[in-house]
Amino acid sequence: MNDAPFPTGQLDSEAFSLPLEKLDPGRPILFKNQEHYPYFARLRAEDPVHYTADSQFGPYWSITRYNDIMAVDSNNKVFSSAAELGGITIRDRRPEVRRESFIAMDAPRHDEQRKAVSPIVAPQNLAMMEVGIRERTVKVLESLPRGEMFNWVEKVSIELTTQMLATLFDFPFEDRRKLTYWSDVATADLAAGLVKSEEEREEILADCLTYFTRLWNERLNADVIKPDLISMMAHAEATRHMNPDQFLGNLILLIVGGNDTTRNSMSGGLWALSQNPDQYQKLVDNPSLIDSMVPEIIRYQTPLSHMRRTALEDHEVGGKLIKKGDKVVMWYCSGNRDDSAIENPNAFIIDRKRPRQHLSFGFGIHRCVGNRLAEMQLKILWEEILKRFPKIEVHGTPKRVLSSFVHGIEELNVVIPA
Amino acid sequence: MPKVTFIEHNGTAHTVDAELGKSLMEAAVGNAVPGIDADCGGACACATCHVFVEPEWEAKTGARTEAESAMLNFAAEVKPNSRLSCQIPVTEALEGLVVRMPEGQH
Repeated sequence: MNDAPFPTGQLDSEAFSLPLEKLDPGRPILFKNQEHYPYFARLRAEDPVHYTADSQFGPYWSITRYNDIMAVDSNNKVFSSAAELGGITIRDRRPEVRRESFIAMDAPRHDEQRKAVSPIVAPQNLAMMEVGIRERTVKVLESLPRGEMFNWVEKVSIELTTQMLATLFDFPFEDRRKLTYWSDVATADLAAGLVKSEEEREEILADCLTYFTRLWNERLNADVIKPDLISMMAHAEATRHMNPDQFLGNLILLIVGGNDTTRNSMSGGLWALSQNPDQYQKLVDNPSLIDSMVPEIIRYQTPLSHMRRTALEDHEVGGKLIKKGDKVVMWYCSGNRDDSAIENPNAFIIDRKRPRQHLSFGFGIHRCVGNRLAEMQLKILWEEILKRFPKIEVHGTPKRVLSSFVHGIEELNVVIPA
Repeated sequence: MPKVTFIEHNGTAHTVDAELGKSLMEAAVGNAVPGIDADCGGACACATCHVFVEPEWEAKTGARTEAESAMLNFAAEVKPNSRLSCQIPVTEALEGLVVRMPEGQH
């Protein structure tokens, strides 16, 4: 599988037989079944800036090549993230439930709100968090069952990212799984069944807002300002006057951003290593390769398949004229498989020369604020795994999430030999 | 080729030959200087090749562009002499240049 452009059996995919104008690579089912890769391979070769006139998400452009994605992502004057235009995902939410957050906001307000929270992941603070992350990681790994099958996603990936998130928010630890639930509810495709309607989604997110509003009020009135995300927002000029909708928007951004992404890299990394035993052997022989393996895992998994923008004016990309108001989807999952930018991109190679040259964190002013924290969590996880488990057996194939936004794994069954 | 010096946050200095016409970032990456990540490869689309230009060199390295300021806006510990090294072209005038690095690239 290492050198195959896509898993065997997909070469006869309809991706290659459909007329180009019918290609709709954004269908969530393609991602759940891991059938999206051949669609993007064809588009990169034949129609790298592609227009789909009709889809469940309405008309949209697909940007599929690495360099074109870089150009769109770093041109925030033309390509807007604003919530009122549709925000950052291929799915347009109904206008009454469109919610601002600093990721779905343009400069200068984006800049001010982002700066209210970004010090939490500044280098000095990361260094201070490292000990706690390692302690929590060791505790979770030591508690894993031996000699019996369990879901790695549930016991490791979700548990570790949720603990991290609870720490960043200084959220009541015993209630931390609420964070996971709200994260999943916020991004769930209605067809996936977790929530059945937008009304139900809004009801559950209203509970999230109520819970966090209580924490906000406690911290707003506290004598000592603690260095957690809620206190930081409650005391920063740019965020202290947010209305409840904006507060909820930023909470969802921080919960999803800190939860769903790293979670899926924790699961995806184990899956990739299990499928590439030569790479796993290389890692065991030389654990210092963890440093270059971590960004490779993040590239290979691409935890968020895309980000979306809306054109504020007519603009040419890759020879195509994108019109003012058009929806533009940057497919990070495709750019990360573009062989004009990344050598042998379909292979998982833990000692690449430039492993950090990937699109998974985005580029430009909306680049992932937690990128270095995510890398640190993954690095510590793999350091501690290698110290104690000579082997983790992966059974079956991962069960994937029905979404063309979150590239997620719900279930990955493993056995750690006793 | 002008010689330029990168000083890591911990004080370790690396003096390298910088190729004319390339960027200061490329001089660091090409000579395996640690501490310059350059994730975007020189497109002024991240802020992971952040350096502090020693004050006496600011006239020769030029001023920040608007796009560069927008990205530096989100870097940690930004100072008036912060630059993205991918936006500084190597010229003969930079012979002897000294730049310092922040604690981490973000």
